[in-house]
Amino acid sequence: MNWISRVRNSLPFLPKRETPDNLWIKCPKCHEMLFQQDYEDNWRVCQHCEHHGRLGADRRLQLLLDDGFSMLPQPEVREDPLKFRDSKKYVDRLKAARAANPHRDAFSVGSGNIDNRPAVVGVQDFHFMGGSMGMAVGQAFCAGAQEALDRGCAYIVVTAAGGARMQEGILSLMQMPKATVMTRRLKSAGLPYIVVLTDPTTGGVTASYAMLGDVHIAEPDALIGFAGQRVIQDTIRESLPEGFQRAEYLHKHGMVDMVVHRNRLRETLATVLDYLQPAKAA
Amino acid sequence: MIAYLEFEKPVAQLEARIAELRLAAEGDDVDISGELSRLEKKSASLLASTYAALTPWQKTQVARHPSRPHFRDFVEHAFEEFVPLGGDRLYGEDEAILGGFASLGGRRVMLIGHEKGHDTQSRIRHNFGMGKPEGYRKAIRLMELAGRFGLPVVTLVDTSGAFPGVEAEERGQAEAIARSTEACLALPVPMVATIVGEGGSGGAVALASAERVVMFEHAVYSVISPEGCASILWRTAEKAPDAAEAMKVTAQQLLQLKIIDRIVQEPKGGAHRDPVEAAQSLGRIIGEELDALSGKTSAELRQQREERYLQIGTL
Repeated sequence: MNWISRVRNSLPFLPKRETPDNLWIKCPKCHEMLFQQDYEDNWRVCQHCEHHGRLGADRRLQLLLDDGFSMLPQPEVREDPLKFRDSKKYVDRLKAARAANPHRDAFSVGSGNIDNRPAVVGVQDFHFMGGSMGMAVGQAFCAGAQEALDRGCAYIVVTAAGGARMQEGILSLMQMPKATVMTRRLKSAGLPYIVVLTDPTTGGVTASYAMLGDVHIAEPDALIGFAGQRVIQDTIRESLPEGFQRAEYLHKHGMVDMVVHRNRLRETLATVLDYLQPAKAA
Repeated sequence: MIAYLEFEKPVAQLEARIAELRLAAEGDDVDISGELSRLEKKSASLLASTYAALTPWQKTQVARHPSRPHFRDFVEHAFEEFVPLGGDRLYGEDEAILGGFASLGGRRVMLIGHEKGHDTQSRIRHNFGMGKPEGYRKAIRLMELAGRFGLPVVTLVDTSGAFPGVEAEERGQAEAIARSTEACLALPVPMVATIVGEGGSGGAVALASAERVVMFEHAVYSVISPEGCASILWRTAEKAPDAAEAMKVTAQQLLQLKIIDRIVQEPKGGAHRDPVEAAQSLGRIIGEELDALSGKTSAELRQQREERYLQIGTL
């Protein structure tokens, strides 16, 4: 509930209006009120401060791929072999996440074209359990890579995750080498693998497939790093530098090739793809 | 004198009693050998039963034991020769990750592993076994060198995790780890990874993405430390024992999950009670593993490694 509806609902003398309560949203960065529809139409970029909000998998695929792309089926994986529970059972957390999301897990793959250039696009969706990397994410990542290998085209992966999915313990950790097997296969096949780093990309995701791209493109101000800021602060016991672990900071330190505004992302990818034509098998 | 862990208190009391008796008996005519041997038997069986029933959290403590043997101990007691190689040729030398040529029962290998240090000074020098980007990049360099000259790669994994610090982030900790994992997978030579103490997260995987992974009986291997997991999921690090239980971090559990291939028995009461025996057992098993891989072609080795990871999670 945003503040307008909160105030409105607490005023007893105002008749309740029949409007959806998500008509307006507040920009998380500049706190300006934004008309929800405008915000969505602008791909969740704030019109006032250019803050890049988190984009769901379906919208991201729409943003990048030409109309008529196809979705790869969500792969089936072993579910909760650890029988993990903290304050809640992992299977219940999964159920809740599935009820609140259009997809079965945090990684979706679309196969189609980017401005008429063949491409497979994998998208990690932060809205599904923080985008965390578990077996389903790893398997979907690999399925996307395999689709690119089969089509002989580029693989583009949009990352967003807090890191590994702790509820899958060691099995989530093993997704790091698993995904890397596939990035290596793309490389041997002479196919481009491009990573688009979005807010946030941290932990085991950064330390595997997010940092193995032929080209790294980051969205403005995206948090990108290996260790969490609180952990680092506890280690060094001093404040962190300005802009630490933000896209621009990574660019400055040579970890990403460019920082690109969302409204130029598709054309940038198209340009990159023009230069990275799949190599003819030697 | 070894430090006792909390759950070893009953053993500690017995061992203290034995030491007292011995001291008292010195220069005395009273024959206490019967009593002594009774106590020693009791203490040994208590130690054995305690260690046979360690919880995941207790194993975590054993894996972190200050006297647990580390890289240098294994080098000294399991390998005949070690020629250290230093530096990543890009930035610096990271002593949290050591590596070099080594000889194991006549087999020439490239040995790479974490070193935690054994006293305050050396722990600081080795940064408590927490590698920085230059450490992982050194590992990459050594793996590539090993690949070119046909030296099998052996790794000793023992880290709470890669170093979480500002400079490490600036120099691309994540990229270094990712590339090191990639370098493991690319090796045209046999690779045997051993989890000897703590296998902490990405900092461990970067040196453990091998076709054969063996693990000490009381070592632990996990995606995050039990404390870290507890503070995120339970919102308090005090729930670490629960987190350790839930994550399945022990060698026995990981063998069942087929994440590791083999368990190396530790001396009774843990590797820290007899580092020499522990190192020799480890060396023997690494040797067996290397011999079993020695006839394979590069393609076979890579395929075995790739299949191992690709099948994780599949139905």
